[in-house]
Amino acid sequence: MEKVYINGLGSISAQNTFDNSEFLNTVEFYTENVIPAIDVNYKAFISPAAARRMAKGIKMGIAASRTALQEANLENVDAIITGTGMGCVRDSEKFLSAILDNDEQYLTPTPFIQSTHNTVGGQIALDIGCKGYNFTYVHASVSFESALLDALLQLKLKESHSILIGGVDELAPHTIEIHKAVNHIKSEVVEASKLLENKSKGAVFSEGANFFVISNEKSETSYAEVVGVKLINTLEADELETELKAFLKEQNLSMQDLSTVVLGCNGDVEFDGFYDVLVENSLKDTPQLYYKHLSGEFHTASSFGFWLAARVLKSQTIPKAVVLKGDMPSEIKNVLLYNQYRGQNHSFTLLKSC
Amino acid sequence: MEALKQELKESLVEQLNLEDITPAEIADDDMLFGDGLGLDSIDALELIVMLDKTYGIKLTDPKQGRAIFESINTMSAYIAEHRTK
Amino acid sequence: MGKGVAITGMGIISAIGNNIDENREALFAGKTGIGRVVKINTNHKNEIMVGEIAYTNSQLESLLQLPETNNYSRTALLGAVAAKEAVESACISDINEYKTGLISATSVGGMDMTEKYYYEYLEDKTVQKYIEAHHAGDSTQKIAEQLGLKNSLVTTISTACSSAANAIMLGARLIKSGKLDRVIVGGADCLSKFTINGFKSLMILSDTYNTPFDENRKGLNLGEAAAFLVLESDAVVKAENKNVLAYLKGYGNANDAFHQTASSENGDGATLAMKQALKVANLNAEAIDYVNAHGTATGNNDLSEGKAFLRVFNTMPPFSSTKPFTGHTLAAAGGIEAVFSVLALQHNVLYPNLNYKTPMSAFNLVPELELKEKPITNILSNSLGFGGNCSTLIFSKQA
Repeated sequence: MEKVYINGLGSISAQNTFDNSEFLNTVEFYTENVIPAIDVNYKAFISPAAARRMAKGIKMGIAASRTALQEANLENVDAIITGTGMGCVRDSEKFLSAILDNDEQYLTPTPFIQSTHNTVGGQIALDIGCKGYNFTYVHASVSFESALLDALLQLKLKESHSILIGGVDELAPHTIEIHKAVNHIKSEVVEASKLLENKSKGAVFSEGANFFVISNEKSETSYAEVVGVKLINTLEADELETELKAFLKEQNLSMQDLSTVVLGCNGDVEFDGFYDVLVENSLKDTPQLYYKHLSGEFHTASSFGFWLAARVLKSQTIPKAVVLKGDMPSEIKNVLLYNQYRGQNHSFTLLKSC
Repeated sequence: MEALKQELKESLVEQLNLEDITPAEIADDDMLFGDGLGLDSIDALELIVMLDKTYGIKLTDPKQGRAIFESINTMSAYIAEHRTK
Repeated sequence: MGKGVAITGMGIISAIGNNIDENREALFAGKTGIGRVVKINTNHKNEIMVGEIAYTNSQLESLLQLPETNNYSRTALLGAVAAKEAVESACISDINEYKTGLISATSVGGMDMTEKYYYEYLEDKTVQKYIEAHHAGDSTQKIAEQLGLKNSLVTTISTACSSAANAIMLGARLIKSGKLDRVIVGGADCLSKFTINGFKSLMILSDTYNTPFDENRKGLNLGEAAAFLVLESDAVVKAENKNVLAYLKGYGNANDAFHQTASSENGDGATLAMKQALKVANLNAEAIDYVNAHGTATGNNDLSEGKAFLRVFNTMPPFSSTKPFTGHTLAAAGGIEAVFSVLALQHNVLYPNLNYKTPMSAFNLVPELELKEKPITNILSNSLGFGGNCSTLIFSKQA
């Protein structure tokens, strides 16, 4: 089995993460419950002729993926695998409201085309001229991990050499309103730095794109080794420890080998209990990091967690803003990520220094 | 006719999000597709909706659009002749 | 590697029948499922033809014995019916016995409910349960729930019209790599106002019965369907002494990287996908006995796919599109056509390309026009989609 490395990355998020020479040197602590991603200069990556029909999700995806490719010193890849919970949902809304408001008349095709979930992956392929394998996973909070799993299969079996993977989702006005109506978005003001103390229902919603070049060849630009990923559709809280131990055992590791764990807790009092099970028991002595107070929640927010872990491993530093609990280790070796959304679609991801 | 041409140039820029082009930069006989303005088959569909919505002209076959949308001149001539609103 | 991927069960619901037997009978009798829209309230009723499934949502709910409080979209209902049939036909009693996964595909997801309650969601508490059912992964979670699949690898693929073919491909790779012993793969998509109007805005919907590979083709008919296969490893087949229906022998995926919606004129993506699938299957093009074409009956697809055939095959094997039976069922298409391919292998028949009259002037390719009995060993099936996504699967009697 081949080893797999992260050789380049690009991140657009609610934080200033696009410049790879900085690592959360400045952090925005928001108080809003819906936080848009910070726009970058898309014109540097996309010609006006191409940009005119592009949703924000596509623009973020192209800018992030180009940055990752550039860092990995690649112009093309063997495959592009995208994860997105909702695709370009703003265009889906635009098309659907046009159907309803205009009684099915005068509908233009552009928002319909963008609403197709694989539009970001397709546009990245068009952008770099990649005729290779192109998949899009759309399974809620494991959309990005599905893309990672697929890429690991290909690289470990030498079906591919370099693969672009990413997670991308965008905010859209009506979707925000309906998620507020059912308390999936918090109803009261919460300071980002106190996200986990608030103990209320719902999360803070956001958007972003995190893309990575992963390869079975280590390079000067390598951030970390991707050891493994596991997806679990449903589980009871009391099964979590058994599942985690089994996952680590597959990698010949135990809890003690973990330098730190990156948790996907989002401050939703109904579902953060899953994280508590681990941090109060087998991971209670493991230093803990978290990130959704910075990135916000979205179906592919865990790709921001993956970005964070990769940056931590390469720089061997942990930004203060992401420390949740524990004394930070001097040497960071094995980093575990655990994420779930609303009690479903759990994932473990393991990265290792290289 | 000149007013219609100006109107068409403006709606072309707006509807098709031609960010890097102003209406004044489009000449009446510029090719809109291919090497000219660089419009494509999706733009043609957008223009067919514009014909219907703004001028009450219904095209049922997208192939009809090719000749009509060749330039501002051909478009304005067709609209002037067939418009119902 | 080099391990076999056995197909040991399958299930389907489409416009031509609610299960495998009904679909087979309709295919063999040349009976189409295309007609006028009945269940969707659209202004385009008299301008389009569709392949609608006979069951209403409440009939499907009672078939699945769901409580009234359920929040299943039609996609999830159809998917659950077909996936259950697949698991039953594979004689699986304990779904969690082996390392088992579910890979489904959808493009519509819960859009059918969202388009009904889009504005009501804001106020009406009785319909808010469907908000969570909107995203594409929800239908797959529901199918897993219906199968009793827990603590497992469950995910969803959405690559437009090639989605289910890609779900089948991923399943095969998971079996070959040893990640899973058993995987249920396929796709589900219901009809919706959203897709009807979407394809209408692209001006590729026919106002009459679709006619793939015909010079005078006028576009596609949309359809709704769900279909699933059970794939198992050699080890499970041996341990359980399983009856193998067929093998998934080859697969290929490539991107046209040509245009957002249109296929390249020379069918680059489709050519790459077919060649890749033949390579994985370790077969020459001459070994293919029948091609189940994507054949949507749009001007663009059939021209591009036909040109790709000429690039892959020196002598074109018998081919046809089954879209005139079912309509184009989008993300489910690769799944139902996988089921049709396995049925063709089992019964040694080729399906007719219904409604065909006039050969295309672009090339000399004429599809099968009658149901034909013929020994078949290998079938190639294409699914090509928006975003340049091209997929090919090869089904075979041999591992």
